[in-house]
Amino acid sequence: MDRLWLAAAVVAGIPLLLVGYITLAEGAVSRLPGRGSGWIRPWLWLAPGLFFITVFLIYPTVGTLRLSFLGPDSTRPVGLANYVFVFTDKSMLVALRNNGLWLVLFTLLTVGLGLLVAVLTDRVRYEAAAKSLVFLPMAVSFTAASVIWKFMFDYRPPGTPQTGTLNAVLSLIPGFQPRAWLINPPLNNVFLIVAAVWVWTGFCMVILSAALKGIPSEVQEAARVDGATEWQLFWRITFPLLGSTVAVAITIMVVFALKTFDVVYVMTNGNYDTQNTAFAQYEQLFVNHDFGHAAAIGVVLLIAILPVLAFNLRRFQQQESTR
Amino acid sequence: MAAIELRRAAAVPVAPRLERRLGRLPLHLVIVVICALWLLPSVGLLVSSFRPPQLVATTGWWTAFHPPFEFTLQNYRQVLSTYNMGTSFVNSLLIAVPATVIPLLIAAYAAYAFAWMRFPGRQGLFLVVVGLLVVPLQTTFIPVLHLFVQLGLAGTFLGIWLAHTGYGLPLAIYLLRNFIGELPKDMFESALIDGAGHWTMFFRLVLPTSVAALASLAIFQFLWVWNDLLVALIYLGGQPSVAPVTVTISNLTNSLGQGWQLLTAAAFISMALPLAVFFGLQRYFASGLLAGSVKG
Repeated sequence: MDRLWLAAAVVAGIPLLLVGYITLAEGAVSRLPGRGSGWIRPWLWLAPGLFFITVFLIYPTVGTLRLSFLGPDSTRPVGLANYVFVFTDKSMLVALRNNGLWLVLFTLLTVGLGLLVAVLTDRVRYEAAAKSLVFLPMAVSFTAASVIWKFMFDYRPPGTPQTGTLNAVLSLIPGFQPRAWLINPPLNNVFLIVAAVWVWTGFCMVILSAALKGIPSEVQEAARVDGATEWQLFWRITFPLLGSTVAVAITIMVVFALKTFDVVYVMTNGNYDTQNTAFAQYEQLFVNHDFGHAAAIGVVLLIAILPVLAFNLRRFQQQESTR
Repeated sequence: MAAIELRRAAAVPVAPRLERRLGRLPLHLVIVVICALWLLPSVGLLVSSFRPPQLVATTGWWTAFHPPFEFTLQNYRQVLSTYNMGTSFVNSLLIAVPATVIPLLIAAYAAYAFAWMRFPGRQGLFLVVVGLLVVPLQTTFIPVLHLFVQLGLAGTFLGIWLAHTGYGLPLAIYLLRNFIGELPKDMFESALIDGAGHWTMFFRLVLPTSVAALASLAIFQFLWVWNDLLVALIYLGGQPSVAPVTVTISNLTNSLGQGWQLLTAAAFISMALPLAVFFGLQRYFASGLLAGSVKG
């Protein structure tokens, strides 16, 4: 019953509150004498947004930077000790290695498969249906995707019927011994990556497919007339023309690969050497209660993402100049 | 274009046409295999969630298609009542709806100011918003958590609404500013001549003409929050009374281990709403996701 009241209050109350704010602000500003109103008005419209951005993004980023130079309970300065931990601790080194693995494999597979599906489906009549099938997992949470794939990789001892799809299919091969895919490092990381690839390939496919449709067909027709094979056509003409879209897809995949958490948390709970930096931070925060270590991991992630940030800013400024 | 193709098709004699069809067989084969690979895991999940426990534990889900055809709703009943999925589903809604409405409206105010008002620092400030798009949430957790603990917001719905608002804003402001900035200038000028103030222009002109953009963004933000696990884990903790579906499922994977009939049912419950959105609002879904993907 309480929850019902909460729901009602929220659905009616929040919009009312927000519309009320801007109504009051506008009313107050328009009553101000002449000049003052023009100066203060934009800031009143921006104020709620700037407030949230400052409290939840700017202030905590600065705060995390500060905490990364303090000890576990954030009281005494420890210099660079937390960063030394990030780059020397044995478990952290595995986490960093796994991030590297994700970065390369996940990006390569999502962009590669996305491109393959986009190019292939471009040539058939049931393109729309095939594409929405591959895109479908994007709707699903990584938590659910992890359950789905954990079930796919399920292992039963040899001699009993395999209920995991992968082991069952491979058991059709004579002499195959079922494997516990998620247990044995470092290969188990690849199976975690497969789950994430299943989700994100559809995304790469959609943006690459859109770019593909943007290439004028005359260009390809001309090459065909000149006797180019389909293979040459793809590598010499289509692929270079897709270059900027591929670059965008890569940056988005890289950002995701660096910060991914859910798949590791749900599929293996960070066991069997599958932890990555995001998972390690969670552990430092809630298991070890070491805020210094956790903050340093956060800063390292931010630094790793800075090149993408710079890339985005540059692309934005280019777009603005052509507006 | 179509006429040319028709003529060409008519000109090709039957035998080479068959040959061409056969030549395209590998293409179709590759596509069908990829589609099957993509569909198979979800089908396995769905089928298993309707099978009795003893069968799920001892036989593969594909054997469900042989007689005896044994299916049951028992798994759903059990996870919804005994394993907290019913409460969690409501929690997810209670979290996701406000966490979509609040940032959207606030972002629309800010986007309107960025697009149609002149003030010093406008460009610089917007550049900051673009930069914040990819800042990893991991860089923000600790100070915000400290703040929440001091204010008593940790473990509350209010806290997670505010957090999702903060995290969702840069993207929402960025997209809406681009969209609202593209609206025709004449529209605003004629409204000004008619004596309309900013309030009227925003609520009578900007919002109604931006419905498509707002819908795409709303769907993106809603699914983002609905599917989120990490932010909920950090700010809500593990209490079952406030846990959304994602947190409950991740707890179940630890506690149930091999209880696949329950895990699959729970996972499917969490997927039902996003899938309905996917099939019902596919156009907005795709455009929202594409636009939203720049988010960090």
